Amino acid sequence: MTLQSLLIYKGIMVLAVFAITLLVATYSTYAERKIAAFLQDRIGPDRAGPFGILQPLADAVKMFMKEEMIPSVSNKALFILGPSIAMLTACLTGVVIPWGKSLWIGGTEYPLQITDLNIGILYLFGVISLGVYGIMIGGWASNNKYSLLGGIRASSQMISYEVAMGLSIIALVMTTGSLSLREIAAQQSGWHWNVVYQPLGCLIFIICAFAETNRAPFDLPECETELVGGYHTEYSSMKLGFFLFAEYINMFISSAVISTFYFGGYNMPFIGRWVHDPNWLAVLGIVFLFVKISFFIFFFMWVRWTLPRFRYDQLMNLGWKILIPLSILNIVITGFVMYFTGSLN
Amino acid sequence: MQLTNRSKVVSKKEMTFVERMYLPAIFSGMMITFSHFFRKKPTIKYPEQTREFSGVFRGQHVLKRDENGAERCTACGLCAVACPAEAITMTAAEREPGEEHLYREEKYAAKYEINMLRCIFCGDCEEACPKEAIFLTDRKVDTMYNRGALVFGKDILVESLENPIDLSKRQTPEVKEFKKQKGYQHNETHDLNTRTEMDPKNPRPVQKKKLGNS
Ligand code: SF4
Ligand code: SF4
Repeated sequence: MTLQSLLIYKGIMVLAVFAITLLVATYSTYAERKIAAFLQDRIGPDRAGPFGILQPLADAVKMFMKEEMIPSVSNKALFILGPSIAMLTACLTGVVIPWGKSLWIGGTEYPLQITDLNIGILYLFGVISLGVYGIMIGGWASNNKYSLLGGIRASSQMISYEVAMGLSIIALVMTTGSLSLREIAAQQSGWHWNVVYQPLGCLIFIICAFAETNRAPFDLPECETELVGGYHTEYSSMKLGFFLFAEYINMFISSAVISTFYFGGYNMPFIGRWVHDPNWLAVLGIVFLFVKISFFIFFFMWVRWTLPRFRYDQLMNLGWKILIPLSILNIVITGFVMYFTGSLN
Repeated sequence: MQLTNRSKVVSKKEMTFVERMYLPAIFSGMMITFSHFFRKKPTIKYPEQTREFSGVFRGQHVLKRDENGAERCTACGLCAVACPAEAITMTAAEREPGEEHLYREEKYAAKYEINMLRCIFCGDCEEACPKEAIFLTDRKVDTMYNRGALVFGKDILVESLENPIDLSKRQTPEVKEFKKQKGYQHNETHDLNTRTEMDPKNPRPVQKKKLGNS
């Protein structure tokens, strides 16, 4: 590949991933409201366009038109920085996700992934943990006790659950032997989904993913019943929109990561029997991945509208006293199994 | 004393291991919410669909006219006394000669006001009225931009000559029969749901017409 075509190809990939991320996040807001409504025997938004399909547009217009309020006692620079960081880090995570196998055009391979970092998992963790800075800074800069409490909660929750999440991934890395997401996805062809080998790790990872994205039942940073709006109490207009939007992007990326780590990524069992053309396989792979992602986004919402919020001490107990020991146990069990089945050599 | 056997004794026993795992409980909870996903929604999409009112819905009041188009109210004040919300006020006046076609009785209400913000639509005024003058109808009270506008005067309350208000929904034969037994015979001279068509220039009965929602 020449430098020029490489640049064009990477540019297209970046733009496509960015656009799709934003699109999915936009329609997640619509899906959230519809699913919430349906789970509660309501209809949900149905005025903007058929079935309310234009509701996200209406929301966006509303967000942009609203008055922009910056509290006079706030730290203005940090106040603006908060939502920007949240949005930026949320958009950064899509880089290492393998969206499908490679496309072959004119004998050249075009992997459907922006970049295949050999330490993809570490990159992912690094960026995700940066995301809490947006919430922390935003909460602190608002100069409001509710926001501050929200920010503090967000940071301590993030720290607690990152440990368990990392430990659950270590067991996964032990079985896959790779830190590259592409490698992990490629290994799970057919029925060799990692959830079969790592059920406990998968469960821990999903629980931690809920906590990392600040979704219910772990949405303590915004916790409207005690903290008004939590870290975004003082925010209005599109800055508030950024915070909310970042949450939906995080949810989308988390679903993509869960699917890639544990549920076979773009792989689908048996599809190789009917489709042989690699390009078609790649396209179908994208479709499968998005089906899985949609399911997990639905799952995120389903859980949100079923479970009540944890109390703060329960959250900490669950994180430190249950999930961390469990994930260490998971590592030990994985190690033993690998040792005795001889896959360790 | 135990009235029903629905009360539950709270027990604070230790949870079993399975219960402490919470996962089965979470799973069953999620199944419950999921089953609601496909339920029929009870939503009524308001501007397009309207909820059907019960036949005895009590809405905005009307001051009825009699079969000659004269106002029935005699400003006796019984409705104001009966009103638990003290929503009704009125000023009485004496009928002048030549006004017989306007007012049925010798005394009439020159001013008659109901404060719709105070009214609780209990219907006691209707029950108290000895002249079958005031009724609650199936019309909703309009929303207004200020409080003053919600004190309805005679201009709104008295039914117009051209558009008599139909009361047949609530004043069914059974209701009238019931009223009779309660001593309302004084007004049983005519059927409330028929009214004489009036010629505004010549206030003399021309023809009888069955009132409807037209
Ligand atoms: S309906 Fe009840 S509250 Fe309303 S004016 Fe009549 S008596 Fe008063
Ligand atoms: S509406 Fe009936 S009760 Fe009230 S003042 Fe008139 S006649 Fe009397």
